[in-house]
Amino acid sequence: MREVGEKKVPKFFLYIFLTFASIISIFPFYWMFVIGSNTNSEVNKIPPALLPGPNFVENMQKVFERIDFFGSLLNSFIISTTITIAVLFFCSLAGFAFAKIDFKYKNFFFIFLLATMMVPPQLGLIPSFMIISALGWVDQLQAVIVPGMVNAFGVFFMRQYIASSIPNDLMEAAKIDGCGNFRIYWNIVVPAIKPAFATLGIITYMNSWNDFLWPLVVLKDKSSHTIQIALRTLNDAYTTDYPMILAGTFLATIPILIVFLIFNKQFIAGITEGAVKS
Amino acid sequence: MVEHNTVHSEAVDNKTKKKYRPKIHDALSGYLFISPFFILFAIFGVYPLIFTAYLSLHKWNVLGEREFIGVSNYQALLTNDPLFWKSVGNTFSIWVISTVPQLILALILAFILNQAFLKAKGIFRLAVFMPNITSVVAVAIIFSAMFGTNYGVINYGLTLFGLEPYDWKGSYLGTQLAISAMVMWRWVGYNTIIYLAGLQGISKDLYEAATIDGASKTQQFLYLTIPLMRPIILFTVILSTIGGMQIFAEPLLFGRGASNQGLTMTLYLYEEAFTRFSFGYGAAIAWVLFVIIILFSLFNMFLTQRIKS
Repeated sequence: MREVGEKKVPKFFLYIFLTFASIISIFPFYWMFVIGSNTNSEVNKIPPALLPGPNFVENMQKVFERIDFFGSLLNSFIISTTITIAVLFFCSLAGFAFAKIDFKYKNFFFIFLLATMMVPPQLGLIPSFMIISALGWVDQLQAVIVPGMVNAFGVFFMRQYIASSIPNDLMEAAKIDGCGNFRIYWNIVVPAIKPAFATLGIITYMNSWNDFLWPLVVLKDKSSHTIQIALRTLNDAYTTDYPMILAGTFLATIPILIVFLIFNKQFIAGITEGAVKS
Repeated sequence: MVEHNTVHSEAVDNKTKKKYRPKIHDALSGYLFISPFFILFAIFGVYPLIFTAYLSLHKWNVLGEREFIGVSNYQALLTNDPLFWKSVGNTFSIWVISTVPQLILALILAFILNQAFLKAKGIFRLAVFMPNITSVVAVAIIFSAMFGTNYGVINYGLTLFGLEPYDWKGSYLGTQLAISAMVMWRWVGYNTIIYLAGLQGISKDLYEAATIDGASKTQQFLYLTIPLMRPIILFTVILSTIGGMQIFAEPLLFGRGASNQGLTMTLYLYEEAFTRFSFGYGAAIAWVLFVIIILFSLFNMFLTQRIKS
């Protein structure tokens, strides 16, 4: 049977269009490696090198000499991992409360929470920096970790998921058995919402890994730089050596790209659920 | 629900002689469970918001030396700071250049990816989405290399078509186009995925009925898809408004150009506050930005609601 409307659009044209869009999407990744694996003189000529060259390792070593690449990678890893664990715990706990526990002014608090998503983060940038500096946290990783430990989107996302996936009967039954709310959360809710953990976890991890403005403000010392800030330093200090800069950028992009390719289903699901439900 | 719980608890109490759990316990754990968000938001959300307003009425430097100057900061900002207005203009023109084609392209891509006959959907979807996971720093660095004036691959491409190389970093339009290209590259796939989810929620019967009535694919797209997708389009317009008003890393890394053609509002705020350390003036900028963002979001909402295909 023929699909509806099939004859009206030349399929061939659609495939060309999609292929073209895919090539534009992937080309910069390829180009990053082309420049990152050639020498400066190969890159700075007409026509430029269009294929990967043999100098990637050499460029990589230059990167390691100029910035503490693995140190900043480790910082990014510590920050993203801690934030992700904290976000999953606090957001699911709050989401559970909003979905299944009755308390006064619950709706008011929930609407307030949704409204906070509209406040642009730059607005409080200066006082937030002053708080961090008063606490003596400048150049310390907790300056980035603590403000990121729970967020409105995560609470909202978890509330939607828990409301639709935990039957009220199960709650009642657990209460009859004498379970407190935290035990219900820990023993019933947590095991039942693993898919939501995967989805929110991957989104949170990516966002904190890629975060730039706030870490730039509070992490000034080299030893506390995240990988994004370290890349920016590399870019600012050695603007003429693109092969070296792009080798560094490529190395920094690969871990996140691999994580994404493994978890892309959860990631895409998270984005669409967040959008369609709100 | 509250009453129901009470009745239930009492029944339990009578039957099993277990200790009656008062409602207050539920309320307590409810507040306790939601408290981390509200505590953190109070410290890093509400307090900074109010303190920004307080700061903006002072001359305030990094050492904390302060002097109350009333609305002078706002006065200077609104009447005597052409650079600020330039940054506002730049932000808006970059927003228009990057968002309008971005959303149109995303809608078309989603419409195509939603066609039933299409093969290898998953691969195309993955490919167009991949840029979104790249960090903004990486994107800015890669695109700076690609938009290089002398040896950039884009200028090389232009010469292949017999065109003159373009001065991306030096010209007004060039810098804004390059920054917009970075934004577009990162966000087209994201919006495509959201639109695709919306399209999948539209009943196939509607399209079949339209086909039987003799509507072409283009007509279906314009008169069926777009009106039905309006809430989702509104959502993406708001998201890209908020995102577009925050553009910062791209011009910081690409270079904002000799005539400040890449200076955005957030970059201006960042520089005032953290390279020139005028906290008071920076705070005034932050509040004016907030008002501009709110007004512009409302305007966009109004506009999107009004669009009838």
